[in-house]
Amino acid sequence: MASEPARKSAPTRDPRERTDFDGRYVGKPFRRVDGRAKVTGQTLFADDLSFPRMCFMRLVRSTVPHALIKQVDFSKASEIEGFLGSLTGADTPEPFGILPVSQDEHALCPDKVRMVGDPVAAVAAVTEDAAIEAALAVEVEYQELATIASVEEALATPEPRIHDYPKEGGNVHKAVSMEFGQVGEALAGADLVLDDLFFYEGNTHLPMEQHAAVAVPEDTDRITLYSSTQTPHYVHRALAKVLGLPPSRIRVVACSNGGGFGGKSDPFNHEIAAAKMALELGRPVKITLTREEVFYCHRGRHPVLMSMKTGFAQDGTILGQHLKTALDGGAYGSYGVASTYYTGALQTVTYKLPAYRFDGVRTFTNKAPCGPKRGHGTPQPRFGWEVQLDKAAEKLGLDPAELRLKNLEEAGRTTANWLKLGTTGLERCLRAVVEGSGWKKRRGKLPEGRGLGLACGSYLCGAGLPIYWNHMPQSGVQILLDRAGSVAVYCGEAEIGQGSDSVLAAITAEVLGVELADIRLCVADTGFTPVDLGSYSSRVTLMAGNAALEAAERARELLAQAVAEHLEIDKDRLVFSDNRVFDAGEPDTGLSFREACIAAEAKFGTLSTVGSYIPPRSPGKYRGAGVGPSPTYSYSASVIEVEVDVETGLYRPIHVWIAHDIGRSLNPVLVLGQVEGSVYMGLGEAMMEEQAYRRLPAKYSSSLVHKHPSMLEYKSPTFLEMPPVTSYLIEDPDPEGPYGAKEVGQGPLLPIMPALANAIHDAVGVRIDQVPIHPHMILRALAAKKTGRPARFGPAGFPQVDFGGTLHVPTPDQGGDGRSIDDYRHKLRSGMRSASGTMTTREEALQKHGKLTTD
Amino acid sequence: MLRLPAFEFHQPSTLEEAFALLGSAAPSVRLVAGGTDLWPNMKRRHQKAETVVSLMKIDELRGIQTTNGNGNGPSLSIGAITLLDDIVRSSEVRERFPALSRATASISSPPLRNMATLGGNLCLDTRCTYYNQTEEWRRSIDYCLKEEGTVCWVAPGSPTCWAHSASDTAPMLAAIEATVVLQSPGELREISVSELFHNDGIEYLTIQPGEVLTRIDLPGSSSAKHCRTAFWKLRRRGSIDFAVLSVAVALWLDGAGTVEKANIVLGAVASRPLAVPNAARALVGQKPNIGAVRNAARAARRAATPMDNTDFKTQWRGLMVERYAEAAMCEAMDLPHQLPSPPHV
Amino acid sequence: MPNALSAFTSLLIEVNGERRAVSFPTHHTLLEVLREECALTGTKHGCELGECGTCAVLVDGRPVLSCLVLAAEMEGKRIETVEGLTDGNELHPLQAALADLGAAQCGYCTPGILMAAKALLDEEPEADRKRIEQALAGNLCRCTGYHKIVQGIEWAAARMRGEDVAAPADVLYGAPEPGSPGPPDSSSSETTERQDG
Repeated sequence: MASEPARKSAPTRDPRERTDFDGRYVGKPFRRVDGRAKVTGQTLFADDLSFPRMCFMRLVRSTVPHALIKQVDFSKASEIEGFLGSLTGADTPEPFGILPVSQDEHALCPDKVRMVGDPVAAVAAVTEDAAIEAALAVEVEYQELATIASVEEALATPEPRIHDYPKEGGNVHKAVSMEFGQVGEALAGADLVLDDLFFYEGNTHLPMEQHAAVAVPEDTDRITLYSSTQTPHYVHRALAKVLGLPPSRIRVVACSNGGGFGGKSDPFNHEIAAAKMALELGRPVKITLTREEVFYCHRGRHPVLMSMKTGFAQDGTILGQHLKTALDGGAYGSYGVASTYYTGALQTVTYKLPAYRFDGVRTFTNKAPCGPKRGHGTPQPRFGWEVQLDKAAEKLGLDPAELRLKNLEEAGRTTANWLKLGTTGLERCLRAVVEGSGWKKRRGKLPEGRGLGLACGSYLCGAGLPIYWNHMPQSGVQILLDRAGSVAVYCGEAEIGQGSDSVLAAITAEVLGVELADIRLCVADTGFTPVDLGSYSSRVTLMAGNAALEAAERARELLAQAVAEHLEIDKDRLVFSDNRVFDAGEPDTGLSFREACIAAEAKFGTLSTVGSYIPPRSPGKYRGAGVGPSPTYSYSASVIEVEVDVETGLYRPIHVWIAHDIGRSLNPVLVLGQVEGSVYMGLGEAMMEEQAYRRLPAKYSSSLVHKHPSMLEYKSPTFLEMPPVTSYLIEDPDPEGPYGAKEVGQGPLLPIMPALANAIHDAVGVRIDQVPIHPHMILRALAAKKTGRPARFGPAGFPQVDFGGTLHVPTPDQGGDGRSIDDYRHKLRSGMRSASGTMTTREEALQKHGKLTTD
Repeated sequence: MLRLPAFEFHQPSTLEEAFALLGSAAPSVRLVAGGTDLWPNMKRRHQKAETVVSLMKIDELRGIQTTNGNGNGPSLSIGAITLLDDIVRSSEVRERFPALSRATASISSPPLRNMATLGGNLCLDTRCTYYNQTEEWRRSIDYCLKEEGTVCWVAPGSPTCWAHSASDTAPMLAAIEATVVLQSPGELREISVSELFHNDGIEYLTIQPGEVLTRIDLPGSSSAKHCRTAFWKLRRRGSIDFAVLSVAVALWLDGAGTVEKANIVLGAVASRPLAVPNAARALVGQKPNIGAVRNAARAARRAATPMDNTDFKTQWRGLMVERYAEAAMCEAMDLPHQLPSPPHV
Repeated sequence: MPNALSAFTSLLIEVNGERRAVSFPTHHTLLEVLREECALTGTKHGCELGECGTCAVLVDGRPVLSCLVLAAEMEGKRIETVEGLTDGNELHPLQAALADLGAAQCGYCTPGILMAAKALLDEEPEADRKRIEQALAGNLCRCTGYHKIVQGIEWAAARMRGEDVAAPADVLYGAPEPGSPGPPDSSSSETTERQDG
């Protein structure tokens, strides 16, 4: 593109000044940097790797849902030709888990299994054929325990316990209760109080790539693990812990992920078992999971039952809300403590909610563990909230769009639960989809069976706190320049398809004025790259992007000093563009980028810079305030048009309008891909996807199995189910984001499920208060309507739950300081909820640092 | 990766060779055509074989030919290993029995139809969500009646297996009264498609050991000319999924437009394609009218026993039998019908 | 039960116009032999049961699922995989279009999608959106929501027909925000940094 006129490059320093930037790459639909490799089959996913002497491992998984392991017998397995070795739980006694407070998983279960699919043993063989036969030939003897299949059962069945923690006993994993402002008063003073129950069924990520890992031993105490993981850094930590090796002897490389969506964010038992096996055998070990095993890895959407009681004034003003959530967590902790908080945390960021109470509980059950799926914990209450707003508008005689517009949160405000907002593009999002869909003219006026539904959503641009409490950056980037004029960018972020490699490359190229082709990336390699916490919580664009920006600007500064000296001009006059560094006033005076690198290397020696990113501190100081803060939030709004057949309950979305507040699109065509992909996944959840289980008749069997762990029976929409989508990218650059960019990977999913439910109501006048919405539910609700019963399908009750003592936190409007009025240390002494129950062990860390003393 | 267990594999090029292999091989020998049913079943290990004999290199079993028929005018004869996609592409099939073309086009997905065969689709193993699972999964329920177990988990206490017939071509071919040819060394018998099936999830085929289904004969043109067909299928997605319900309708009208003969055959609601004679009776002697159709649709619903072994709520699927039967019969009779054409047929 | 090593097959297979001699256990699928014996790992797998379309390759020009055919059946057949799509170092128009529109996100379903799309356009160069959706309906994708794939195939089809068309502005930038001045002019935007194919 040498013919393009020279353009002034980005001004330096404060990203806040960079929001009206017109870039060479930024804002342009350039081809993603891994695009060519992906369309030619050159991208290497973990299962594509092969090493000399590599052998194959399979896990022997539990066939019973809850049992003590009495015996594991390898005698038949070891006779199979090609058998190389085996492991059991005795070989991996050290527990691990993604959260410091939930170290409850084992690479192989040592004494007890908690779900069908729990790994009991591992076998390795020369070929995968032999490994499969050997795994099938392993005989395991169990002593079965009573099985827990639901939240209700878990609450009613304290014994047997699935885990021996928390210390309160029973099968409750986490209970939380917090109140911001005076909710009781707010509801008492309301003109309208809606008290609704909602249910959101669990579903799973279903990445097209089945998880795979290859462990390559390099010495008896040194190893490299290649894996399809979104979080190589956390896998690194778990490996070090379980293998008992110094982290410096372990290298984890995240290969390109064949889709993640949150499903590859935990360290997994198969990764650790492969590493252990490789160290035992002294040869590379590969494991590639079957599709069924991917369903057992799960970590998908929690099934959540919700009770939502909200007060409104006659004019539609929202006065207060009391939300209760009950999460079916499955067999392990995973991110569950965070997930529990997330089912409450983001209720406040779209509309002003002056008083808010949140009670949440997560229980263990003998099913595959739930965790973070796209939207992590927030789509469930968002579904309830947006459907309830639709009901409120109907009751109050207001347009649902107007009701929302009336209550919009504002940029820069701090919410009742102490989340500091950045820019908020929700008003523009709402207006765009309302206008685009012809909402005002068409809603409520379409023929019977046709309807329009509206909903909004919001999501984090990166979790404000890391998984484990520390004072280090959440993202780091290193740039290496050399005399060839090449730019090497090192970063721990993992490309999972979202385009994070392209974000890094584009930002670096933009700052240094070089082309994408001049940049080489080394990412997601704990042996070589600075830590980035991973591709979760929509954090990479903002956090790794800002780190890249800082590193690139430092590199540019070095080059500018050298070039300024060489040209004998003021360095502030220099422009970096078109692979040149030149005088803004006299573009012919300058050096090529390569010459600039040579000049700088001669002046400074070997050229390398680093950048890092730490999010701003959140104003919330209460216990649990660690979940929800983010440097800024993205916003989305959607209108869906649906056609419903009243004879069958069959329906189909006809069109989706969606607007997403992206801050700034670093690459609009990739942003659109994320928006459309989110719409797709949201529709899948709304219409058909279910991680469903089956309990056999108790008279005959105690089994509890995944109903359909296959691509055929777990229904994922095809080309034919996807309706046309009109996407609006709303640009309102946010000072916290690189070039003003916010997240897009998760937010646009949030409005889809409630927009569909609201559209069905507009079409046929029935409320479906749960997802997925199956046709029989619509027929049942229509039948109820005919007989004068409530025209609704949904849950009928919420169980009695002890949420523990409620934490009272005065809101900013009440003049609070972000702390709760309940004295934390007093609670510790009186032996109430444990000290380590929050997402991070912040208090423990502070204690260790001597900043907080207990008696 | 899920892989096949080891087996001996033979690809004879003549039927005689195939018969010899079938006769000589160990007891666990299986025939395979397209493999789209057998290979997944063997990977999950609920169908087992030490020897597999492929029919795909026996050229005489491939292709669509026009024959003289048996007194009913020229007819189409479809070789058992003819690919489903070749049937979809056949204009002769589409002109004579458009609903057969449509039923075939609805099977699974485009690449699968380039592999699967008509003979294979007719012989498709009965399906059940307790059965079409991996070895490890089935161990966790102690297997089921269809394979190694003692209980039919769909209906515990039932002495028979309730796995359902999920073939789309079988109900349609049964409705138009197609026949199949079964060959064994020195013998050949021709039976109606309807006679090919038992209503038993385990012993669902009447094919005898040693017999090979070699071709499918469609009725001759004199029958086809007066035959009106329709095929409606219910499933979650417009591709990949098996039917959870299909309705195949064939009607023969006389010169005055009165129904002379009718066949209503349901798929996926029994262990075999389920003909509903009561529905047919409700139509015969009638000119197309919605009242007769509704009577017939109610009869169809009464005959069907959808079980909880596939997608969707069982009770709702029962309701849908009536709706879909009505829609299919209306289509065959050129009556307007309310049900919006499901996006997935 | 026969041992996994008891029966093996040796044959010449033709992949992407190149014949090679391979030996493999007879029960191995085409998918396994392509990936493991031929080192052609571009063909992926998502279920190995014929349920997802990820492993689609062309056999004699038609898309089939390589997880459900035995390599032993491939004698005399013409196999095409994603590795054979480029013309020298030039991307096939389908590859270029999918790369430029970000229609390959994680890229895992992409090889199967490309092969199914190639088979379609080879046979029906005028295929419209509906035909594209039907022909691709056996290929699942979890990333894209399919739109960029369909738009990419349409764009490639137009270019393969010799039409000199740019990708529409709304495909690259989204729909214009109602009431706003509208998106940048796409002709000036240079979607493709390096326009191959």
